[in-house]
This record gives sequence, C-alpha cells and structure tokens, in this order.
Amino acid sequence: MKDGQKADILLREVRLALGEQRFHFDCSIGEGLITAITGRSGSGKSTLLNLVAGFEAPQQGRIVIGGQDVTELHPSERPVSLVFQDNNLFTHLDLFTNIALGISPSLRLAKEDRRNVSAALERVGLGGFETRKPGTLSGGERQRAAFARALVRRRPVLLLDEPFAALDPALRSTMADLLLELHRDDGTTILMVTHDLEEVRRLADEVLFVEEGRISFAGKRDDFLAQETSGAISEFLRRS
Amino acid sequence: MRKMNVFSLIATATVLLAATVHAEDKKTLTIYTYESFVSKWGPGPKVKAAFEKTCDCTVKFVAVADGVALLTRLKLEGASSPADIALGLDTSLFKEAKDTGLFAPHGIDAAGAKVPGDFKDDVFVPYDYGHFAVIYDTQTVKNPPKSLKDLVDGDPSQKIAIQDPRTSTPGLGLLLWVKAVYGDKAPEAWAKLKNRVLTVTPGWSEAYGLFTKGEVPLVFSYVTSPAYHMVEEKTDRYQAASFEEGHYIQVEVSGLLKGAKEKDLAQRFLSFTLSPAFQDIIPTTNWMMPAAATSQALPDAFSKLVKPQKTFLLSPEEVAQNRQAWVREWLTAMSIK
Amino acid sequence: MLTQAEARRALAGGIVALTLVIAITALPVLALLAFASRFPENSGFDAYTFSLLRFTLLQAVLSTLLSILIAIPVTLALCRRPHFPGRLWIIRLMAVPMGLPVLAGALGLITVFGRQGIVNQALLALGLEQPLSIYGLTGILIAHVFFNFPLACRLMIAVLEGLPQEYWRLGASLGMRSWSIFRFIELPALLRAIPGAAGLIFMLCATSFTLVLVLGGGPAATTLEVAIYQSLRLDFDPARAIAMALLQILVTACILALLSRLPANDPMNMGEGRRISRMDGQSWPARIWDTGVIMCACLFLSLPLLAIAWAGLRSNFLEIVTSAIFLQALSTSLAIAMLSAFACVLLALVIAFARQVVAERRAPPRSARIFSASLGSLSSLVLLVPPVVLGTGWFLILREIGEVSRFSIPIIIVINMLMALPFVMRVLQPALQSHRARTARLVASLGITGFSRWRIVDWRVLGQPLAMAFSFAMALSLGDLGAVAMFGSQDLVTLPWLLYSSLGSYRSHDADSLALILGLICLGLTLIGTAEREMRP
Repeated sequence: MKDGQKADILLREVRLALGEQRFHFDCSIGEGLITAITGRSGSGKSTLLNLVAGFEAPQQGRIVIGGQDVTELHPSERPVSLVFQDNNLFTHLDLFTNIALGISPSLRLAKEDRRNVSAALERVGLGGFETRKPGTLSGGERQRAAFARALVRRRPVLLLDEPFAALDPALRSTMADLLLELHRDDGTTILMVTHDLEEVRRLADEVLFVEEGRISFAGKRDDFLAQETSGAISEFLRRS
Repeated sequence: MRKMNVFSLIATATVLLAATVHAEDKKTLTIYTYESFVSKWGPGPKVKAAFEKTCDCTVKFVAVADGVALLTRLKLEGASSPADIALGLDTSLFKEAKDTGLFAPHGIDAAGAKVPGDFKDDVFVPYDYGHFAVIYDTQTVKNPPKSLKDLVDGDPSQKIAIQDPRTSTPGLGLLLWVKAVYGDKAPEAWAKLKNRVLTVTPGWSEAYGLFTKGEVPLVFSYVTSPAYHMVEEKTDRYQAASFEEGHYIQVEVSGLLKGAKEKDLAQRFLSFTLSPAFQDIIPTTNWMMPAAATSQALPDAFSKLVKPQKTFLLSPEEVAQNRQAWVREWLTAMSIK
Repeated sequence: MLTQAEARRALAGGIVALTLVIAITALPVLALLAFASRFPENSGFDAYTFSLLRFTLLQAVLSTLLSILIAIPVTLALCRRPHFPGRLWIIRLMAVPMGLPVLAGALGLITVFGRQGIVNQALLALGLEQPLSIYGLTGILIAHVFFNFPLACRLMIAVLEGLPQEYWRLGASLGMRSWSIFRFIELPALLRAIPGAAGLIFMLCATSFTLVLVLGGGPAATTLEVAIYQSLRLDFDPARAIAMALLQILVTACILALLSRLPANDPMNMGEGRRISRMDGQSWPARIWDTGVIMCACLFLSLPLLAIAWAGLRSNFLEIVTSAIFLQALSTSLAIAMLSAFACVLLALVIAFARQVVAERRAPPRSARIFSASLGSLSSLVLLVPPVVLGTGWFLILREIGEVSRFSIPIIIVINMLMALPFVMRVLQPALQSHRARTARLVASLGITGFSRWRIVDWRVLGQPLAMAFSFAMALSLGDLGAVAMFGSQDLVTLPWLLYSSLGSYRSHDADSLALILGLICLGLTLIGTAEREMRP
C-alpha cells in the first residue's frame, strides 16, 4: 500500500457504453491537487468517478493511479477512499465500528488501530462519539464521520461524490473548510464530483467539465471560471 | 371505495333475487346433507329433479363437509333448525344423532328397505349402504390379503393408507371392524397393523388420492369403489380384497326432524328415497349399493364386486358408549414406537 | 409531522380496526362458550393434551428453524446474483406454494419424495435399496419447509434489496470479503426480517392440520389443531375445543414474545430504487456456491410444482377448465379473493398508519404505546385462532340474525381477510415506515395533506408494496378451504372446494387440473406483486 503517498490519476482512452449512453474519457488528474468534476446532471460526472473507483469497468482503455495500472483491480485493491453524498455509514453499527472497518474489513484491530480511530474522530471534530449510532447524528456529523474513515484508510486518493449536496449552505462551507484543512495536512489527491459552483470556487485547484459523456474542459479553476466562449460552460456558469 | 360499493350492490341484488325466487308459492323442502351428495357428480342434482317432478315443490340442499359435520350442524342449531330432513348420517353416528332428540319417527312404510344385517329402525330410513373393504392395485399387489387377520399379520412392507377415526367415518369404520373381529385383542392387532400403515389421513379423499397416485398399493375404502373405476374409467385395475371374516358395513340413512315445517312433504321424500326413482340414481353417482329395489339391474360392474359373506355391524348403543374409549385405545396402540 | 386532524383520524381508524379484529375473533369464542355452557362435559387437560402440545411445538420449532436456515443461503445467493438467469421467475415461483391448497401441495410433494416418488426411483436406479420414507416427522418437516421457506425468502429478499446501494459499494471499496459482508451488511439486515418471518412461519406450522396428518404417518404425529377439530366435530365438546384453542394461543404467543425479543427493528434509510449492482462474489467458489444453492432451491421448489403441472396437463385439462361448474367456481373464488384482499389491505393500511402515528410522536404516552403494541400483536396472533372455532362461533352468532347461508360469502371474506392480515402487515408496515421516514417532513412542509398526499406522494411509492400485499392476500384466500367448508351451501362453490369435492368423488384427475389452475393463478398474481421490479432500469 502506498501509505500517505501522493498519486496522480490517468484515464487513457477510456470508453464505456451504458445502455444508450456512451462515455469517452481521456485525461490526467494532478497529484496532490483537488480536482472538481462538474457538468450538468446526467452528463456522466458520476460515471467518471465510478470508473476511477472501480464500480464501472471500462470496455476499452486503461486507468492508471500513481503509475499503477488499476483497470482490472477490484475497488478494494485500488489506492482510493470514498465518500458518497449519503449512506456512508452502516446505520446498525456504531461510529467506532464504522470507521474501524476502514482499517480492517474483518475488524481485526491492533491497539494502535483503535487509537487511530479515536484520533481520526478527534480530527473531524467528533471526539468521544465512538459509541454513537449514525441515526443519532446530524447530516453534517455523519459526513464528518465518513471523512474520518477516509483518514484512517490513508489512501493516496480520495474520491468524493457530491459529499456536501445533502447539507445546508452554512454547513457546506464548514465542511469545505474541514476538507481543505485535511487536504493541507495530508496532501491527498482529491477528485470530487460537484454541481455547486461555489464549491468549485472555494475548493478546486483544477476542473474537469463533463458534457455528454466526454470531457470538454480540463484545466485550472480560474481558466474555467473565465470561460465564456464554450456554450455549455458559460451556460453552466450563468445558471449557478 | 367506489369499487366496494359496486360489489356490495351486486351482493345485495343477488340476495334479493334469491329471496324472490324462494318467495314463489311452491313449498320448499330443506334437506341437510354432505357435500359429495350434492356435487355435480353426486346424486343430488338428479334426485332434486326427480323429486320436484312429482311433488310440485322446490328441493333445497344445504351441504356440509361430511356426515359428522352434518350432525354437528344439527346440534348447533338445535330445535330451531330450518332443516326438514337430514340425509347422510351413518350407522356410527346413529345413536348420538338419536340422543339429540331432534329427530321424529319417520312414520312411513320402510318395508322396502333391504340392507344386509337386517337393519330396521323407526327413526332413520336407510337409502344406501356399502361394505368397507381394502382396495388394492392389481398392478402391484399379486397376493391381496384374504382376511383381516391376513392384513394384520401380512408383509409390513406392503403399505396401506387408512383414515383417522378421530376425524372421519371410514376411519371409525375400520376401528369398529377391528374391534368386531378382534374384541379385546384389538390393541395388539393395531400394534401389528401399525407397521403396515403408511399414513393415517384426516379423511377418505386424502387416502384415496394417495392410492390412485400410486403412492400406496392398499387403501381402506368401500367394496363398491372398483365399480367407479370400471364404469367411469373402464379399468379393472383396482379391486376390493374379499375378507373371510366378513366385512363391516356402513349404512347411510336419512331422518325426519321434529321441527320440520313441511312434515308431509318430508315424509313423502323419505318414501321417495326407497322408490326405484331414487334408488336407480344411487349406484353410479354415490357409488354405494342401493338400499331398496331399483327398476333395472345394476351395471355389469356391480356384479363383479366382492359380495361379503358376512356383515359386521356393532349395535349403535355399543358404539356410542365406547367410541371415545376405543379411539383412545387406538391412539395408544398406534403411537407406540 | 401530520396535522392534528390527520393524526386524530389515523388513531380513530386504528381504534376501529382494533375493535373490528377483536370482535371478529372474540365474538365467536364467546358465542361458543355460551353455547358450551349447555353441555356439562368434563373438559380438563390430560396427559394426552400435553403430549399433543409437545409434538405441536416440536414440529413447529423444527419446521421454522429449517425454513429460515434454508432460506438464508438462498436469499443471499439470489441477492448476490442479480443477473442470474430467470431470477425474477424464481422469486415469482416462490409465491405459488402459498396459494396452493395444502392437500394439492402434499400430493405434489409425494410425487417427488414419496415411496414411489422421483427421488426414491432415482435412489433405486443408483442401486440403493433402502427407500427414503417421508412419512413421519421427516415428511412434516419437508412439507413445512416447502410451503414456508419461499415465504421467508421473499421477506428477506425484500429487506436486502431495500439496503442502500452505497452499502455494497462501501463494502467493495473497503475490501470486505464474503464473510465480512455477511457479518456487517447482510446479517444485520436479515436479522431485521427473521423475527417477523420466523413468527409467521411458526404460527403457520403450529396450526398445521392436513399436512401433519397426511405426512405424519400415524396418530403419534398430531397437533393441537387436530384435537380441536376432533373436539368440536366428532366429540362435540365445545368447551374442550375452546380450552385447547386458548392453550394453543397462549403457548404460541409466549414463544412469539420470545422471538420479538430478538434484535429490534432499526429503521434504515432506503436506497434510491436503483438496480442493485454487487461487486462481491466474483470468485469462482462464490459463483459455484451461489449457483448450486439457487439450483437446489429451484429443484426443491419446482419439482413438486412440476409434478402438479404434469398431473394437471395429463388429465382432461381442457374439459375441466371449460366446464360450467369450473367457471362458476373460478368467478366465485376470484370475487371472494379480490374482496377479501381489498378489505385486508385496507385494514392493514389503517392499522399500519395508526401505529405510524404513535411511532412518530416524540414521547408517546403509555396508553398510546400499549395501543400500538396490541395492534401489532393482534394483527399477527389472529393466525392462531383455529378456523373451525371461528367458523362455528360465527355460525352460532349469524343464525340468530337470519338464514346463515345468506351470510356465507361475507363471512368467508371476513375470515379470509383476517387470515391474510399478518402477511399483509409484514409487507406494508415496513414499506410505510420507511416511506414516512423519507417523506414525512417534506410532505408536512409542503402542506400536502389528505387525498392529494395519497395521490401525489404515497401512491407512487407505496403502489408496489400495496400490489404485492394485495397479491399475497389474494393468493392466500384463493387456496383457502377452511372458511368455505364451514358455511358451504349448494350454490357456493370455490376452486379449493371443487378440488376437494372432486377428490371426494373419486375424480382425482379433475383435482389435478384444478391444482394446476390454482398454481397458475397464483403465478399470475405474483406478476402484480413483482411487476415493478422489471421496470426499474
């Protein structure tokens, strides 16, 4: 495992057809940066993320993370952690167990692992919440717990699928601050799907704009925000 | 909710319609009986048609599951039962039926009734009878048992399906048959027979179903059962085993209820059950032997049936007095591992 | 979350439903007791009664355990293989045993496992001398598992399919192996379904009658239900019948109470209804295991059904299904089944909604909690009241009102409604619960109330569970003979009645055809219950 290492992500001529929809991605995602995947709903943002995570297998092309070809690898063998918009925690298990599963999926824990779990909870502001069940937490707290699990996994890539979409605006900005703080400390490569322009402004170093199954823009955030020529992007910028 | 209203409307309309039909001036004779009597293949529809031709009345059958249920129904309803006639009680229920005090002497000339064992009664009129018998499948059984003792002592790997005396009258019939032949030694006989019994079913239908499915080569049924297969299915594959000791008999009877509203009509019907018009219907619909003269000879198949040399029939009093004790005895003997 | 008026209405509905259920079950018992007082017979329990009780419980506990233990791997395999060929039809087939008259199912089982059955023929062909005998406890267990493991599967599959899609993805991304997935995802979910499913199965097996006698091999295998029937019918000792019925209800209720102490229902969020795609179980051993498990379950389930179909087709099928009496029986059966299913679903909704209102209160008063609990337990305990007691009691009551035969159809509908209630509640209660958990706030904030709430919000989501509940109830009612047998008159012919009647008139081939028809109708009904599944992307 590449503990704490940084890794870049390459999608080389990746092609996939899901029903009527066709996808074609070819891009590189910078090491140690926060890259936002954005675009209209249904454009293929989540599919791009699922390909990197391993939930979808490409019909053609290769996916390379940190120099390692992961195309054939099971999701668990890829150097990535995940946070979804919702349902990140098993509601019948307490927070400690939920997070410890990130260290050992069969819950074989050393003493140090237990300390790490508590430390991770501490870092996301949930110190002492070990025995709480997810049902007793607020939406923001549940997402914090999901980040805590990503922390203990110490994978070089963190994939986020609209992680703040279910939260209210005030909470979103607090969570964004938390994410930036964690990113500063660990320098993980972060790939996040979002449709919120505010989040792009606040968090992203780079932006991938997905349009009808292809990437129509890839570049610096400021360049993206300045785009006025491309019809779809300027429309997206105006709407948001 | 609208759907509900439409349905209840239809239901109400049906009830009203039924009521108007009954409201015609014709008298109605209400007969309680068991289900297979009134089924499409049973004697019921023909009996109804034949009697209505002569009586200028309407015959209304109310059918319950079997003879036992019939008696239960009468007990539940007591003196206020709408029934004029109960048709389908049998000899094993006889005493209990009389003890209810719900039946009146039939008051008709029943001399025409001819039932083996010289059955005579001033309350109940027999309309058919059948000897119990073990039926075997000729394709699998080459040496059928020749007597009840033969059945009891025979090869335990050749299985028989019997009925439960707690829930059915044929089951009770076998119990009484064994009692009549073995007397006090009945428990020992049952303990032996037990090894030959594949299973004990709640009613006749289940046991006979197992038999015709080929699951079991022997079944406890009636001497007349092969007649059905010969007449309807044109096969003599299934035959009754003739038992040397003789066969236990089941006599089916009908009776007039004290509370009958149409007493005259009911008496006429009871007389009718002994006439050829009724008796002609019985053999090929109820698959039992007629209890009185028929107008024509029975179909050939009936002449091929086993003719029991001796008829067993324990007195109704004895049966009523001992039934529970004997059933308990049977249970004990059959439950020993 | 509901407006005051809505909550009041829902609670009032619950009170009416509770009264109705109690009235339908308690009145006939009281009527029988009043009647019994006229017959001063001794009606105490004896050693015999307790030996019956022991056997009743023994076979019911074993049957329940086996049904659940067999259902678990089958459920897991079916859920792990969403693309297994014919998976949907396997799940549909699981609804068929429920709608078959017990005797028809038993004859199908005997064709497969009986002395002359396929299994024994195969064993003989393999040179094994000793044929397998199913008569005795073995047969009872095989039959109970055949009738009940599909029910357990369906209830458990519903729970697993209701898990959020993210769970499987998380499991995959965290690198959980089969055992971890079972331990952390599948088992906790199954545990939510098992107490309910086990409770239902236990009640069904404890009150089993025909199967126990036909396959039991002798009177050593007798349940209390048989003795109750005997007391009421042959011995005519109503007091004893009721005493035994109460014993049965009491003891079984105690066991059910123990069952309900198993892990509590932990309300979960529902997924978004996307097709479950599973990342696990791709290894060859897992594939082989799942395929093997599914094939075994399929064989066990379908062989007896195929035997029924084969026998049905071999008989004069066309002649039967075009006969006037068949068409009459079919329409009567369908009408009764539809009405009782409709009434049952309505009653279940009212009860479920009332319980939901109590559950949504932050701190419900004690009385409200007791009310909700009694609604919950009564709606399942009704299965324990022997039909023969219900039927006889109602007969006594109705004959005071008028000619009994006029009430036969309504009372059959009512009794069928009651008997299907526990099943329908199992389907509707969790559906309503999770639906409310997701939409209650939104609906309240938008001020959508009353009928428009039903039309816009509830119907769309609850439509599918409602359809499934409806098809459950219809199948149960179609296969039921009990209620009809009690009130039968010459004009009232239903399909199971006609089936038994054919058997009782030597016409076992006709009965084969009718069993096939009933099986086909049940299969057709499951199309209603599972139609939506296919339409999901």
